[in-house]
Amino acid sequence: MNTLSKFAVSAAAAALLVANTSTAGTLDDTRAAGELKCGISTGVPGFAFTSDAGDWQGFDPAVCQAVAAAIFGDTSKVKYTTTTGKTRFTALASGEVDMLARNTTWTFSRDTDLKLDFVGVNYYDGQGFMAPADLGVGSAKELDGASVCIQTGTTTELNLADFFRVNGISYEAVPIETNDEARTNYEAGRCDVYTTDASGLAATRSSFDDPSAHVLMPEIISKEPLGPLVRHGDSEWADIVRWTLNALITAEELGVTSENVDKMATGTDNPEINRLLGSEGDLGAMIGLDKAWAWRAIKAVGNYGEIFDKYIGKDTPIGLERGLNAQWTDGGLLYSPPFR
Amino acid sequence: MSAAQKYVPGEHPDLKPPLGQTGLLFWLRTNFFSSTFNVVLTLVTLYFLYLILPPMFNWLFVDSAFVADSRVHCRELGTGACWGFIEKRFGQFTYGFYPLEERWRVNLTFLLFVIATLPVLWDNMPGRRSFLWFSLVFPFVAAWLLLGGFGLETVDTDQFGGFMLTMVIGVTGIVFSLPLGILLALGRQSNLHFIRWLCTGFIEFFRGVPLITLLFVASTMLNYFLPPGTSFDLLLRVLIMVTLFSAAYIAEVVRGGLQAIPKGQHEAADAMGLKYWASMRLVVLPQALKISIPGIVNTFIGLFKDSTLVVIIGLLDPLGIGRASLSDSKWQGLSTEVYVFIALFFFACCFSMSRYSIYLENKLNTGHRN
Repeated sequence: MNTLSKFAVSAAAAALLVANTSTAGTLDDTRAAGELKCGISTGVPGFAFTSDAGDWQGFDPAVCQAVAAAIFGDTSKVKYTTTTGKTRFTALASGEVDMLARNTTWTFSRDTDLKLDFVGVNYYDGQGFMAPADLGVGSAKELDGASVCIQTGTTTELNLADFFRVNGISYEAVPIETNDEARTNYEAGRCDVYTTDASGLAATRSSFDDPSAHVLMPEIISKEPLGPLVRHGDSEWADIVRWTLNALITAEELGVTSENVDKMATGTDNPEINRLLGSEGDLGAMIGLDKAWAWRAIKAVGNYGEIFDKYIGKDTPIGLERGLNAQWTDGGLLYSPPFR
Repeated sequence: MSAAQKYVPGEHPDLKPPLGQTGLLFWLRTNFFSSTFNVVLTLVTLYFLYLILPPMFNWLFVDSAFVADSRVHCRELGTGACWGFIEKRFGQFTYGFYPLEERWRVNLTFLLFVIATLPVLWDNMPGRRSFLWFSLVFPFVAAWLLLGGFGLETVDTDQFGGFMLTMVIGVTGIVFSLPLGILLALGRQSNLHFIRWLCTGFIEFFRGVPLITLLFVASTMLNYFLPPGTSFDLLLRVLIMVTLFSAAYIAEVVRGGLQAIPKGQHEAADAMGLKYWASMRLVVLPQALKISIPGIVNTFIGLFKDSTLVVIIGLLDPLGIGRASLSDSKWQGLSTEVYVFIALFFFACCFSMSRYSIYLENKLNTGHRN
C-alpha cells in the first residue's frame, strides 16, 4: 500500500466520520436502497466470475448473496461493484460499497490502519509454487536462480522476497498484473515458476491442456486468511455480515443444507439448529433482522460446504480439497462460535 | 501510308505499350523482383507468410469450434480457436450487464447514433439540414434511452459494460472534447490575460497528468472532495475526466492549425468588418481545422483505445468482461480468443475513423499542398 492510497483511505475515513453523524446505520441505508452494495473482484476462477447468462457467481459473490438473502430474502438484490486490488479499500471506505467479498487477506494493517473490519474467514489460503513437472524440482527450496511469475502490488510479492531471503537463495522476478497474464507467461515458458495463492494455482493448473505436466510444490510459504470485510464505524452492520457467514459455517457443522432446511425449520431435537433457524428464541432480533434470517440465507445459497462444492470443490474443474477449510470436527480450521 | 497521317494532329490515339511493359508479370517484376536485394526480400517474406498464414488460418477457421458448451467440449471438437465461448458470451461482450429485456434500447440508440452521425459526416446527404437538428437532439435521446426514466425502466450505469461502454465513453469523449478543445485553443491565443492563463493552465495540467491518474482521481479521490452522502455516478465522473483529458490534446492540435494560418487571413477578415467570432467561424477556423484533421483524428483514435483503461478502476469494458468471463472455470484459458475478438472490434472502429479522415482530407484539399 503506497502513501497515496493510504492518504486516500484516511481521507475517506475522515469523510466517513462526518457522514456517520448524519446518516442512519448501514442496515437502514441498505433497506432503503433496496439492495446490498457489495464489492467483488474483477474475476478469479471459481471465486468470482460471470456465468453464461451474465450474472455474478462464485465462492465470494455467494457471501454477498447470503447477506442479501438474510436481509431481503432475495439473492438478486445485490448491487455488485467490481473492484481491483487498487480500488477495493477506497471503495469500501468511501461508502461506494458496504461490504467487500473478494479474496482479501486479513492482515494487521488492513484491519487497523485502514480502519476496516474483517468479519471472518471464508477461505484459508496460503501462497504456493507451481512448476512444470519436467523441471524436476521437488521443493521450493531447490528453486535457486529460477525466474518467478509474480503478481505485483500483492502480499504474495512480499512473501516471496521473505521466503527466498530466509532460505538464502536467489530468484528473478517476472512481474505480471493479472492471473490470466501469469497463466499465459508461465505456459509460454517465460518464467520457470508461478507463485500465488494455492487456490489460484490449482485453478490455473486445472485449465492447462495437461494438468499432470505441472506440479505444486509442497511448501506453503504464507498464511492468507481470505474473508469478507466492512468498514469501521458500524458494528451492527459488521455483526450482520459476520453472523451470516457464521450461520453458513454452522449450518454445515449441524448438517443443515439448502434441501433439508425447510423441514428443519419447523423444529428439530437439536436446540442449536432451532435457534439458528428461528423456531426457538429470536436471535434475528438482536441483529435487527427477523427470526428467519439464517433460514433464508441457507435456503438461498446453501451451507458453507455446499457453496464450496459448487464453485471450487473436488468435482469442479478447480478441484480444491477442503484441507484447512474443513470443519473443525474434520480436522480443519472452520470453527464458528455457537448460536446462543 | 504511315499511321500518324490518319489522325488530326493532337487527336492521336494512345498506342499500346510495348510488349513486356504491362500486365501482371511486369507489375510483379517491377514491384517484387526489380533487383537481387528485392528478390531476396520477396522470397524471405513469402517464406515467413508460408510459415505464419496456414497455421493461423487453421487456428481461426479450420480447426476451430464455433458452437460449444465449455472449453473441454471445444477441445473435443478441434484444436483451434474456441469461438463457441465468444458466441455464448456475445451478449455480455456487447451489452455488459444491461438487462436482457431492455437491450433493444441499446440497439435502438446505436441505430439512432448512425442516423445522427450521417448528416455530420456526409455533407451531400439529402435533407441534411433537418437531419442535423436530429443530431443536436440525439445526445439527450440517447441518454434517455440508455438510462431510462420518463416511462422507461431505469438502468443504472453500473449495468453498462462491454462494447456498449466503450462506445459510450468513446463517442461522448469525442463529441464533447472537440468543441471544448477548439474553445481552449482559441482561449490560449486570447488577448485577455485571464482567459489565456486559465486555458493554458487547464491544458498544461491535463496534458501533464496521465489518464490513468485522472481515472483514479475520478474513482476514489473525488468522493472525498464532495459533500458526504452525495453519490456522483462513477461513469459520469469517468466521462468528464476522459473528455477533459482529450480536450486538452485537441486544443494543442488545433492551436497548431491556428498558428499555420498566415496573419494576412486575420487581417483580411478584419478588413471585411468581421467581428472576432465571425472571423473565426468564417475565415480562420475552417482553414485551421482542415490542417488539423490528421491530428484531431489521431487524438480521437487514441481516446477510443484509451477507454480500455477504465478496466483498472473496475468498470467492465470488453477487457473487463473478458477477464470476468475467463474466470468461469468452464471456459478458463481461452484468453487468446477473447483478445483476438476484442482486437477485431477496435481495429474495425479505428480503421474506419482513419479512412474517414483520409476521405475528408482529400475532399477539403484545395491544392495548397501541391
